[in-house]
Amino acid sequence: MTSDAQRKSPFKASIKTRLGWLVLACYVFYALNALDFTWVRFINGLGNGADFLGEMIPPNFERWKLLVGNLIETIEIAVIASAFGIGFSLPIGMCAARNLMPDWVTWPARTVIAVCRSFHPVIFAILFVKAVGFGPLAGILTLIFLSIGFIGKLFAEAIEEISLKPVEAIRAAGAPFMSVIVFAVLPQVFNRFIGFATYQFDANLRNSTMVGIVGAGGIGGTLFAAFQRFDYDFLAAILMSIIALIMLSELLSVKIKAIFND
Amino acid sequence: MTDTMTWERFTPGQRLARFTVYLCVVSLLVFSLSTVEIIPEFLYDAPYQLQDLFTRMWPIDFASYTQENIHEALIETLNIASLGTVLALFLAVPVALLSANNITKSPVLNWCGKFILVSSRTVNSLVWAILFVAIFGPGALAGTFAIGFRSIGFCGKLLAEALEEVDQGPIEALRAAGAPTVSILLKGYWPQVAPAFWGLALFRWDINVRESSVIGLVGAGGIGVALDTALNLFRWQQVALILLCIFSIVIVAEVVVTKIRQSII
Repeated sequence: MTSDAQRKSPFKASIKTRLGWLVLACYVFYALNALDFTWVRFINGLGNGADFLGEMIPPNFERWKLLVGNLIETIEIAVIASAFGIGFSLPIGMCAARNLMPDWVTWPARTVIAVCRSFHPVIFAILFVKAVGFGPLAGILTLIFLSIGFIGKLFAEAIEEISLKPVEAIRAAGAPFMSVIVFAVLPQVFNRFIGFATYQFDANLRNSTMVGIVGAGGIGGTLFAAFQRFDYDFLAAILMSIIALIMLSELLSVKIKAIFND
Repeated sequence: MTDTMTWERFTPGQRLARFTVYLCVVSLLVFSLSTVEIIPEFLYDAPYQLQDLFTRMWPIDFASYTQENIHEALIETLNIASLGTVLALFLAVPVALLSANNITKSPVLNWCGKFILVSSRTVNSLVWAILFVAIFGPGALAGTFAIGFRSIGFCGKLLAEALEEVDQGPIEALRAAGAPTVSILLKGYWPQVAPAFWGLALFRWDINVRESSVIGLVGAGGIGVALDTALNLFRWQQVALILLCIFSIVIVAEVVVTKIRQSII
């Protein structure tokens, strides 16, 4: 009746798990030391944070013309970059799909996608600012690269998952290559593609608010300037409008996806 | 002669809705292209400028790796990323519990949780870094908090989704046995979401290594500070070295994450 199984606690943690938590705790302790965190600094920071919040509230919308102008530029950057980025990533993604293309086509396409994904967007933004100067063009180029890296990869994966039966049927009927793509491949991936595209537009909108910090156009530049001039109430206004803009675009993208998915 | 019924894939309403979306997208694009301030000369000039940039970056200045403390900056970047991830997970758990609608029953609280998650993701890590530099002053402390707060949205959202998908059987059993809420969470929910939790922790750490390499541009510590200095001094060969370092740690982080993921899942 009283077997071992009854006495043992059913929820006993294994030694491995405990060791794992211990290692994690040790690491946190080491990192806190390595990064020179002290309790005093943290407490001081909380005081500064309270001051900071105090200066941010109430947000200052006096320069709303500048704010709206910058927001429009941000949206424009996102729209143009998404359009071109998605446009370029369609053929690149298609070339990268292993089930449609021979190896000598997929390898270069995959390399392009990997290069686009390799660096943080800010680093691309810096390089493009050096290459094409300050302004929205650098931001647009950055976000185009970013979109190719992201959509290209997802799109290639989506194509690799399609059913090949319609492709074979259309090929057997003697259709040229473009017809195979348009009538057999695209219908199978169209819904997912709309999903990727709206997601990427959202991502581009978020990132287009940031590229301005390194001088690549959009609202980020104004935000950074407000921060450097200690205009914290204007900073709060900018942040609030960014959050509002992005929530709006999320709502919109849900609507658009609903239109295309039924 | 025969009464032909043509099959149509979409109803007129659907087609109208789609057409409206296409029309809006195209007109928005045309409007953007016509009003955005782009200087065409700069675009034609870009390939030449990029080429010039790369010639200045060559040869890569490997000597400054030890001389200019780039090694320390790299380690600092990794520490910021890891500690930021730990902070994010620590903060994301309560928010995820708040926004999972099978744990917190009140829709108002759910919305509060979701609002925190969305705001965290909306504000870019560079912007978070700016905010925390204003609070804590320049340095790794600001960077860690920026990475942490930026990651709450991602971790919290995925964790909340995992919590909403758990099998209710064990939870009902625990509840029927009269277990307190903490036990239900620890023994009922945690074992079921633990794989998802560690998966997303790894995934986020990988992202955070990338993010923490640039937050130094606004003064929040890590290798970005070295990059900013080198850029401002036009030391392009050193810039090349720093970019190479960032590229390497990003690749190493990705490989490590893939290996660990294979062994735990």
